[in-house]
Amino acid sequence: MINPDHQFELEFDARSENEAFARQCVSGFLLRFDPTVSELADLRTAVSEAVTNSVVHAYRNSGKGKIYISVRTYQRKVVIRVKDFGCGMEDPELCRQPLYTTDPTGERGGMGFAIMESFTDRVKVKTAPGKGTTVTLIKNLS
Amino acid sequence: MQQAAVSTSYSAGVLSVRLTGEIDHHSAASVRETIDRDLYTYAPRTIKLMLGGVEFMDSSGIGLILGRYTRLKEREAVLLIEDPTPQVERILVMAGIDRLIRIVRTNGAPDRKKGVRKS
Repeated sequence: MINPDHQFELEFDARSENEAFARQCVSGFLLRFDPTVSELADLRTAVSEAVTNSVVHAYRNSGKGKIYISVRTYQRKVVIRVKDFGCGMEDPELCRQPLYTTDPTGERGGMGFAIMESFTDRVKVKTAPGKGTTVTLIKNLS
Repeated sequence: MQQAAVSTSYSAGVLSVRLTGEIDHHSAASVRETIDRDLYTYAPRTIKLMLGGVEFMDSSGIGLILGRYTRLKEREAVLLIEDPTPQVERILVMAGIDRLIRIVRTNGAPDRKKGVRKS
């Protein structure tokens, strides 16, 4: 693996109030690459989706557990990893389907992965039941 | 870090809900409580969601809007969305919300370029 040009790492508690903190850290770091307003909004949104999935699903809203984020850049390519150590997914392909949700209250639309996919160039998911989940978001800046 | 703020007013069957700041999973909870409380109190015929001051919204906002839409539909009441910023509108369209709920624009819409903050 070639060395990134720039990188930062962040670890925080899987609490919902940290969702805003996480996307603010990532967008603050990315500002130096002079992204367009739309590119920055896309990445902020994708990160928010990944972190929310960890808070809500991986740790089941318990507020316990850690979320780890790394951002690496290779020229204009941004690679963001959002990693948790929570319950993992039995069937990641199913979870990626638009409108699929495990939430019974009707208050979550099942659009998280669809938004991540639409707002980045590539989304990779590494997961196993009980082994946590790592979501990698890749986007090339103009 | 700007939290979501919600203020509501009720007049002649219309509950106006003005949202500002950032709507995510964390902030959506209190917004939902406020709207549902007023929904119960006033039993409005229409809810107008004013989104002109929303600087960020993710899929939790979609869930919030769809949840209210479903509750209103049960009561044969109507939900309207007013003045979404470009970032918010993109998410609404992606989720197909614009096919379920009418999006209206007012003349007093804020400058759309200010809709997305850089940090």
